Amino acid sequence: MFAFIIRRLLQSVLVMLTVALIAFALFRFVGDPINNLVGQDTTLQDRQQLRETLGLNDSVVVQYWRYVVNTAKGDFGYSYMHRRPVKTMLLERMPATLELSIISIILALFIGVPMGVYTGLRRDGFLAKIFMSISLIGISLPTFLIGIMLILVFGVMLRWLPTFGRGEVVAFGIWTTGLLTASGLKALIMPAITLALFQMTLIMRLVRSEMLEVLRTDYIKFARARGLSNRAVNFGHALKNTLVPVITITGLQLGSVIAFAIITESVFQWPGMGRMFIEAVADVDIPVMAAYLCLIALFFVVINLIVDLLYYAVDPRLRIDGGGSGGHG
Amino acid sequence: MMRWKATAKATAIAGALAVATLMTAPTAGAKEFKWAFQGNLQSLDPHGLFETFTIGFHGNMYEPLIGYDDKMNVVPMLAESFTQTNTNTWRAKLRAGVKFHNGNDLTTDDFIFSWKRALTEGSDMKVPARKIKEIKKIDDLTFDIITSNPNPILPRSLLILYVMDKEWSVAHKTEAATNLKGGEEGNFANLNANGTGPFMVTEHAAGVKTMLKRFDGYWQKIPSNVTKATFTPISQDATRVAALLSGELDLAYPVPVQDWQRLKDAPGVQPLAGPEARTIFLGFDQVRDELLYSNVKGKNPFKDVRVRKAFAHAINVEAIKKKVMRNASFPTGLMVAPQIGGFVPALNAHWAYDTAKAKKLLADAGYPNGFEVTMDCPNDRYVNDEKICQASAAMLARIGVKVKVLAQTKSKYFGKVLSQNNYDTSFFLLGWTPGTMDAHQAIEPLMACRTKEKGRGLFNLGGYCNERIYALAPMIESETDQAKRAAMIKEVFKIHQDEVGHIPLHQQPLSWGVSDRVTVNQRPDNVLDLRYVVVK
Repeated sequence: MFAFIIRRLLQSVLVMLTVALIAFALFRFVGDPINNLVGQDTTLQDRQQLRETLGLNDSVVVQYWRYVVNTAKGDFGYSYMHRRPVKTMLLERMPATLELSIISIILALFIGVPMGVYTGLRRDGFLAKIFMSISLIGISLPTFLIGIMLILVFGVMLRWLPTFGRGEVVAFGIWTTGLLTASGLKALIMPAITLALFQMTLIMRLVRSEMLEVLRTDYIKFARARGLSNRAVNFGHALKNTLVPVITITGLQLGSVIAFAIITESVFQWPGMGRMFIEAVADVDIPVMAAYLCLIALFFVVINLIVDLLYYAVDPRLRIDGGGSGGHG
Repeated sequence: MMRWKATAKATAIAGALAVATLMTAPTAGAKEFKWAFQGNLQSLDPHGLFETFTIGFHGNMYEPLIGYDDKMNVVPMLAESFTQTNTNTWRAKLRAGVKFHNGNDLTTDDFIFSWKRALTEGSDMKVPARKIKEIKKIDDLTFDIITSNPNPILPRSLLILYVMDKEWSVAHKTEAATNLKGGEEGNFANLNANGTGPFMVTEHAAGVKTMLKRFDGYWQKIPSNVTKATFTPISQDATRVAALLSGELDLAYPVPVQDWQRLKDAPGVQPLAGPEARTIFLGFDQVRDELLYSNVKGKNPFKDVRVRKAFAHAINVEAIKKKVMRNASFPTGLMVAPQIGGFVPALNAHWAYDTAKAKKLLADAGYPNGFEVTMDCPNDRYVNDEKICQASAAMLARIGVKVKVLAQTKSKYFGKVLSQNNYDTSFFLLGWTPGTMDAHQAIEPLMACRTKEKGRGLFNLGGYCNERIYALAPMIESETDQAKRAAMIKEVFKIHQDEVGHIPLHQQPLSWGVSDRVTVNQRPDNVLDLRYVVVK
């Protein structure tokens, strides 16, 4: 088990190195940062001097290697645009993104799973059909549009909720939270729904199809034959056996929720890492882009690791097989 | 478990308190102003970035010797008087009793310190700062500025050289301008401000929001009654407009011109439009012997003035104004706007729209069937930039010139067409506002021949070159006789227009959305000066 974790962590280093390499190979196509960094009257000599200072004249390989070496020393460099350490900026922005993503996933799970179970049990029910239709909207409408529509209805027309930002935040050390103030909670509602909607429908459809599958199996029939209550059968046996794929998908989705909060964050001007990344792309702020991409790669690796560990908790067969070598499949 | 409960309770109380503080009614007389711009306030360092929005924002906290009033007239700010005593010397006398936000008095030493700071490596204000050769201190409030060359527009050049407090900067180890390379020095001024302006920074979360408070010790009376101001950068147009419509903002800019009708129809908000001092123009590669992106091989059609003239006659600026700019642009034939010193009203008319004439000119030049060329165009830098390029391409198609528009985001566009990539373009669209609001700042970078050593023609992307203009540019810089100077500027514009060095299209409109709660002053350089914001 321990060896398994170590191996996965070592793999994650490899993943991050690769991501950084691809990122640096791509940065050449993003544009040239110099014009964003100086005013129009800055002389040619000063511009060239700046290119030299920032190492932009070096080859991709040299730039990449320098970045890897510095990162290994814990130095993520300085943002070109903000002239501040990238590490500080990421730490400042991370709470906003994590808070939004986690709330969204919780929302998606707590609404998606019951809806999935319900539609699985009563496939032909009227309500189930409504749920299924709603889920089509969630799957097919782009996040951007959903966000703008929510803003229009609840922000501009009804004026119930703020249209942008994170409201007032309370700081605990390096962590800032908007969960403790009224304006922070109000500001969270629309972005969280926007971000959760796709995941929610995905989870609901997944749970539904898994439930339909499981309900057909023999042990469910036996369970019913034993005279167990509906509740015990549906939740104790059926739902529990649908959980392995649900955990996998939710775990992977948490990664994408964090990574793809970018769109939601830009629509709602949410001060998270995703928006910082999008702005960095527009401004060709290479240190910020590189750090963000590596961090997201790390998130994915860690989340996958946690998902793998959760399998052990949920699937008893893996535990009996014993340890790291066991795979189920 | 008990302990956890106690903590939870304490947290709940803290939360409730926070909520209660939020809901407390604002104190009587407090006037709050909230606004949003599309870009970030990248740094608070007044010497960090020579860019209009940034220095315009800094102008609320920091001040120069001479500044702009609401109409962009040059008026004394920190200098009570600033006069030329002989060709290379200017005598400045600082206003007595001006205080910095930390209570320190403004003195000659502060100005000398700020000038030297603007010359440090990280500074982007080196160009104006280098115009000063030396500063001689006379007393605490008086000093002489010595320039290396006679410079009639020195006061204008120093408009953006903001004065910092020497003691404060030394105490916080920010004696050098914030360096792009990083490093700790300069970082304090990057995130904190201490100027003489009417507003002090109370909170600056870079890229998230910036909060300002009125400085009670400000030295002059101003129209503004704002006591607290909050700035938020909102990059998405739709979000910015929605926030204005929902009443959460008092001012949002820029607003897409397409949204003006929406603002007019909504209660409580209005669009505020005006001419910007920025001129949008087209340019051609006139240097290479063969164009990089064209089907004409072995020669460069743009070297022939008839081809350039044909293009000028083929483009219908009035149609661009009507169809693309929602009637809000100001068509022009000149490279500078009316707000710029040296503007020549007599030369402002655009070439007459005449496709027959254009076709004939092309035929005379040897291209009766036209040719193909690729046009470089930004798609997020100027108002409707990509649409202007597409409209121009459609108009040029009528005289047989097939234009392929390559529209890209500004970082890619500038990365391609500017000096660092060896001006990699054949035909392009660019916009320009002279930083000093004086014609020389358009003539030297845009119209003078490109010379690396002299640093002229840095933004002359097409390499247009006329010996006479090249000779006139430095003369205009140092000519102190205003009548002679105006005549030289006029000569430059006349030559440039006759030779169609570029094709000026229009001045683009400023487009702000303003709540009825406030009145603001819209400066032609798109700067919001809080000194003129009044909240009802």
